[in-house]
Amino acid sequence: MDVVIIDYESGNLRSAAKAFEHAVDELGGGSVLVTSDPARLADASHIVLPGVGAFADCKAGLAGISGMIDALNEQVIARGKPFLGICVGMQLMASWGREHGDTEGLGWIPGEVVAITPNDPSLKIPHMGWNALEFEPGIHPLLDSIDPGSHAYFVHSYGFRADDAAHVLARVDYGGPVTAVIGRNNLVGTQFHPEKSQRVGLHVIANFLKWRP
Amino acid sequence: MLKNRIIPCLDVDKGRVVKGVNFVDLIDAGDPVEQARLYDAEGADELCFLDITASHEDRETIFDVVARTAEECFMPLTVGGGVRTVDDIRKLLLAGADKVAINTAAVNNPEFVREAALKFGSQCIVVAIDAKRTGPGKFEVFTHGGRRETGIDAIDWAKRMAEYGAGEILLTSMDRDGTKQGFDIELTKAVADAVTIPVIASGGVGTLDHLVDGVKSGHASAVLAASIFHFGTYRISEAKEYMAKAGIPMRIGERGGK
Repeated sequence: MDVVIIDYESGNLRSAAKAFEHAVDELGGGSVLVTSDPARLADASHIVLPGVGAFADCKAGLAGISGMIDALNEQVIARGKPFLGICVGMQLMASWGREHGDTEGLGWIPGEVVAITPNDPSLKIPHMGWNALEFEPGIHPLLDSIDPGSHAYFVHSYGFRADDAAHVLARVDYGGPVTAVIGRNNLVGTQFHPEKSQRVGLHVIANFLKWRP
Repeated sequence: MLKNRIIPCLDVDKGRVVKGVNFVDLIDAGDPVEQARLYDAEGADELCFLDITASHEDRETIFDVVARTAEECFMPLTVGGGVRTVDDIRKLLLAGADKVAINTAAVNNPEFVREAALKFGSQCIVVAIDAKRTGPGKFEVFTHGGRRETGIDAIDWAKRMAEYGAGEILLTSMDRDGTKQGFDIELTKAVADAVTIPVIASGGVGTLDHLVDGVKSGHASAVLAASIFHFGTYRISEAKEYMAKAGIPMRIGERGGK
């Protein structure tokens, strides 16, 4: 397998790359390439879009790389390569982001990214730390052999509100439900950081790499 | 439900742990990476390195420590100590840190925090506040390890830093640091209740009850401790189970390691 992690100057890619390298080695080998060159997406078997910071900045960063969004649409939507978005990389799949004004997303999974508003005012924003994943066992290969209630590491202030509830694969409770994992066809996204979520996170990464959508 | 966090902190000088765990299972007790691996395996929720290297030319050592840790531990890592410029932050993040803690540089130039949060995102900007009690209910920000007063009110400062884009406050009581008498609960609660961002309590932990107090009475989202873990007085897993039994939501039974 040949994993491409898209570098559009959004945050720290080293830890993501390390976690994928670890998973690739465990699964028998392959390559992990961190790149901002859209041409390299053609060689990828799996495409990963990380992202930290604000939706609008991330979208601008992605759009700022000439040909990147076209290459993503070609490889992920037209060719159907397995795609994983992480944190803001997951949010970018939405139709709209409402952080710092309205920004159009990639429009791959209908919905919008809005501020999380816990119904308990004592809950802090950002939602930062380890939260327990709630999902139906067997709902998606990405969560194979992970127990509901397992924890993953989150840090975010905005969340994915999907138009179609069927696209929400897992949630966490933070003064109300917050989307933790989203998916449609060959697309999956995690609001949490699998590269920071110890064994559970490495498991999610391995599941993604084994997945044949 | 979101869990409260335990964050072990390691003081690192020229790439070596200053006060470290002396467990027999460590091959090199002075190697921060070995210690990090141990804490990871014990289920620590995050790790913190405080770089106390004084001389400029030795400061490069922390990048190697961070990079080697990131190869092994897939958990959040915060690095503090001597973070003064955007370039310092970039180098730490590229080495594999997830968050940086800014202390003196924020006091010297508060705009630096705003600039850093805009550039790298609030999620990776922790503002470290060293506070000292200067009167009843009065706390002042100190720098240089508690030696230099600033005249700044600690609670006002925390609010201002949150406004400037800090994603988290690492709050250390200089009165309690190293005393093993417990967190300064009044300080912790005053800051935690004043800001909407998470507050990490630090300074003074000597017993597991102190950790419980930091969350229950101090309203901290996370507790940071160094020596009770360094010297093996308590294991991380033991501390987490203790806090859970006291009714605090904790992540139990999940470990790191490969």
